Amino acid sequence: MNHTGESMVPRLAVGVRLKFDEARSCWVILAPERVMIPDEIAVEIVRRCDGRSSLSAIIDELATGYDASRELIAQDVCELVAELADKGILTQ
Amino acid sequence: MSILRADLPLAVLAELTHRCPLQCPYCSNPQQLLSARDELSTADWKRVIDQAAELGALQIHFSGGEPMMRRDLDELVGHAHAAGLYSNLITSGVRSGRDRLTALAQSGLDHVQLSFQDTDVQSAERIGNYSGAQDKKIAFAEEVCAAGLPLTINAVVHRQNLARLGEMIELALALGAARLEIAHVQYYGWALRNRGALMPTRAQVEAATRTVDAARRRLNRRLVIDYVVPDYFARRPKACMGGWGRRFMNITPSGNVLPCHAAETLPGITFDSVMDRPLADIWRSSVAFEKYRGTAWMPEPCRSCDRREIDWGGCRCQALAITGRADDADPACELSSNHQMITTLAEAESAETSDAFSYRRYHRPTA
Repeated sequence: MNHTGESMVPRLAVGVRLKFDEARSCWVILAPERVMIPDEIAVEIVRRCDGRSSLSAIIDELATGYDASRELIAQDVCELVAELADKGILTQ
Repeated sequence: MSILRADLPLAVLAELTHRCPLQCPYCSNPQQLLSARDELSTADWKRVIDQAAELGALQIHFSGGEPMMRRDLDELVGHAHAAGLYSNLITSGVRSGRDRLTALAQSGLDHVQLSFQDTDVQSAERIGNYSGAQDKKIAFAEEVCAAGLPLTINAVVHRQNLARLGEMIELALALGAARLEIAHVQYYGWALRNRGALMPTRAQVEAATRTVDAARRRLNRRLVIDYVVPDYFARRPKACMGGWGRRFMNITPSGNVLPCHAAETLPGITFDSVMDRPLADIWRSSVAFEKYRGTAWMPEPCRSCDRREIDWGGCRCQALAITGRADDADPACELSSNHQMITTLAEAESAETSDAFSYRRYHRPTA
């Protein structure tokens, strides 16, 4: 796994879509030959990966929104973003 | 990330046509190919696309044959996009032109999968039996990138091209692909007929696995490599199609709805057509989709196996091809009493000296 620093500005890779699926009543990530159902926290993270916000800003916003420790949020966010970047779902 | 609920299909494979300029000897199409006059009309495909989206399918793969042989491809892609489906084009890339890809991108196409038969031009064009294919494919890949579409390179690997797997990985990178799918031949239909000319040696399979592992580490975040392992050298079977009737529907050019590409080789099953029944009915309650769905149909050793909901009993077509009985455990599994048969076959056929192919083509009736 490559290093994922807070200065990274993540976005969905070309060919990847995040959409709400009415049939299943949940968010889905659609990618080449792959469908994923992100859990609630993953949705909150991935929808902020807009190619403008840095990881640092995303972590700040989530820590404020969830009234949680920044350190804890940072760990969750970096792990998830690294995992999705390794799978080609997110890029920068 | 959780697994999707299993009662809705994930994706539809729309085999728009069996017509194709290439004649690859491992084609997944049946040996009895359908002609243009057997194909569904544009209006029929549009209705099927709407029914698939209503049923909950999220993706549609436009395949064939060569889907670009259909003049209405843009229209169908546009229709799928309007219905909210993620659309994927699976193509040989030899029938194109820049305008066509731009039009497809504008119609909402999400992704392109382009096949390469080999990196060695002479070998590649012999495998596809199509002279001049390689240059067209390379130009096509450039057009895909120029149109702003994401590209996956598909490489089917076997005894006659595995020596150049490393070059194939470099080619995918050079062409600007973000993803490479390396798939060992699966032996049904045409590939079964050509098994002796395609079967790799165990040493080749082991080298391929090492090459893929090393490339994945080296190319992390540059190239995603999906690797489909060869059943004949496996210890456990794959969950064929993610399980029978669990995730995919394959629709043939004439409108038959199948749980997998090769299902029509299974004797004694009637497959419903989109011309006779709505897709949702076929998915939920047709005899064919119910036949091997879930675990109730399973024989031992599958029935009591703790992997029964992981591999779903493997592949029915493979069981039929090897043991003669579609209901048997997939012989790719080492727990199957027939596993030795598949191992022996693999060893014997990998040592075949003839590399001659029986090409995928239409059979003309003999006078």
